[in-house]
Amino acid sequence: MMKKAGLLAALALAGASLANVAVAADDTLRIGVIATFSGPYADYGRQFDAGIQLYLKDHDGKIAGKKVEIVKKDTAGPGPDAAKRFAQELIVRDKVNFLTGLDFSPNAYAVAPIVTQAKIPTVVMNASSSAITTSSPYIARVSFTVQQDSAPMAQWMLKNGIKETYVVVADYASGTDAHNAFEKAFAAGGGKVVGSVRTPMNNPDFSAYVQRIKDEKPQSVFFFFPSGVMPPAFLKAWKERGLDEAGIKLFATGEATDDSYLQATGDVALGLITSHHYSYAHPSELNKKFVKNFYAAFGKEMRPSYFAITAYDGMAAIAGALEKTKGDVSGDKVMEALKGLKLESPRGPIEIDAATRDIVQTVYIRKVEKVDGELVNVEFDKFERVKDPAKEAQ
Amino acid sequence: MLAILLTVLFDGLAYGMLLFLISIGLSVTMGMMGFVNLAHGAFAMFGGYVATTLMQRAGVPFLVTLPVAFALVALASIVVERLLYQRLYRRGPLDQVLFTVGLTFMSVAGITWFYGPSQQPVVLPAFLQGQVSILGLEVGIFRLFLVAVGLLVAAAVVLGVERTRFGAKIRAAVDNPVMATGLGINVGGVFALTFAIGSGLAGLGGALGIQILGLTPAFPLKYLVLFLIVVSVGGLGSVGGALLAACVVGVIDMMTKYFLPEIGSFIIYAVMVALLMWRPHGLLGKKS
Repeated sequence: MMKKAGLLAALALAGASLANVAVAADDTLRIGVIATFSGPYADYGRQFDAGIQLYLKDHDGKIAGKKVEIVKKDTAGPGPDAAKRFAQELIVRDKVNFLTGLDFSPNAYAVAPIVTQAKIPTVVMNASSSAITTSSPYIARVSFTVQQDSAPMAQWMLKNGIKETYVVVADYASGTDAHNAFEKAFAAGGGKVVGSVRTPMNNPDFSAYVQRIKDEKPQSVFFFFPSGVMPPAFLKAWKERGLDEAGIKLFATGEATDDSYLQATGDVALGLITSHHYSYAHPSELNKKFVKNFYAAFGKEMRPSYFAITAYDGMAAIAGALEKTKGDVSGDKVMEALKGLKLESPRGPIEIDAATRDIVQTVYIRKVEKVDGELVNVEFDKFERVKDPAKEAQ
Repeated sequence: MLAILLTVLFDGLAYGMLLFLISIGLSVTMGMMGFVNLAHGAFAMFGGYVATTLMQRAGVPFLVTLPVAFALVALASIVVERLLYQRLYRRGPLDQVLFTVGLTFMSVAGITWFYGPSQQPVVLPAFLQGQVSILGLEVGIFRLFLVAVGLLVAAAVVLGVERTRFGAKIRAAVDNPVMATGLGINVGGVFALTFAIGSGLAGLGGALGIQILGLTPAFPLKYLVLFLIVVSVGGLGSVGGALLAACVVGVIDMMTKYFLPEIGSFIIYAVMVALLMWRPHGLLGKKS
């Protein structure tokens, strides 16, 4: 008897909370954020959170006239199973209208079948594997693809008289993507990749690889490593072995000089030329305002990185889509509105491709310089309206 | 070709010395005291953070931070040993493993709380940077420094254990604690001091290693496998064995990464398996 009474009470409670949700859903917009808020990659979540909060602060906490409620879920790093479970929870229990965040590509892929079934519009704020947007019609991306940042570097190098290069990438999916996209673009323009190596992810000491490059004497080297511990280790070995003095030129994607880690990387990064979609030193008025507000809100401890800007733009994209649908949050209408959506982001003009739901944006060529005693990526050349080369090829 | 071979050989030796410096403390605690201390990396990380904090916040020169890292980590470890570790000396290895893994996770979370999850900047003084030419061979100055410190530490530990009265007490306390107590040896005190020295060496290794290994809160978990390879291949409790194993691992790792970069990362594990199949007690380990 006791058991039954308990069960009834529980059911009643559950019913009451469900009723609450249903009422609340009308005047609030619920956005689920799946990202990394703890562990070695907690910086990603912090940057996302900062970008989201900044957008809400700039817009009185409202999107399309509705109060916004953010529900955060922590995957503590790459964790497709956790991401999938969180997506289910957010949709079924928290009744979110949008899903966003998604820093790691495996997490984004894991969420795809769930959002397809539930028809929940999903805005990818970082995950950069090309096929994520093809894995569900309810996914749009405001960040970048690895190929999108890698190919322009090859084009720029060719334009500047570099005809041969040696490719170094980390041995994981994105490393392979960067390698292929770079080599394809480089070969298409008449360049030649004279050698390549894929280094293990957990590699503390790069001196053997760097020594090998020094002995092979290529004209230049292009490398791709994920943000964080690998680029500084590689750059240290590079300087220590005197490869600059040996006349070998070094190029990379912007992950190597991620604004979050650039200060800690130190002077070994000076002079490095990289290609990327965002530098916090981007000289537009909109970006100056963004950085100023960012520091005002969160202090100068943390630089706004490309995670913060894509989170900010992700919120802007949701707002832009809801403006078109006049506040209608139904999945199909929102996705229709996202297609072809154009925004003036602090990083420059961006657009969500109407055909692929992937981002079209300017990719900048930057050089690390010391400005007011701080290391920053100074943009000096650019490629406009770059689409994802992996999708263009199909 | 010979020059290349020698360069890679030297780099491998220097890398091996670093592995030795960072693992020798584990060899001391695990081999001599018989305690499975998987939190060893946490002590090394603590040493690393002591060094960077002193350099960044207080402008202390790099060389001064090394003994400070040793001393501070050793002191802290005495506190931890008296409060926690000594309760587990008589327990089985599984309890010790569970306890020290838990301690590792707590240290990772604690460091993240204070320092944040990102990489700490490490800048070496100018006189340790760059390369010098010795007999026509280009060698990194910092690597040369690592080799020198590694040899010094190895000599100090070997002499300390085998030639001093304290070393004799450690061996007595480990072999037969009851008899040692009967002879008037303060076994608890000897263990605490041994543990402190082992942890202090970890702290020193951590401070020396940050230039090459980098420093994030993930440090203790990321490099645990390397420490364990060195200690198990070398043979428990054998300082010479740990030195030999570290150099073998370092040189083979460097050689394969240079000459066979496609499979270079895998070789180190294959070598470990092969060596342990050949000598299950490690290169210089004693049969127990």
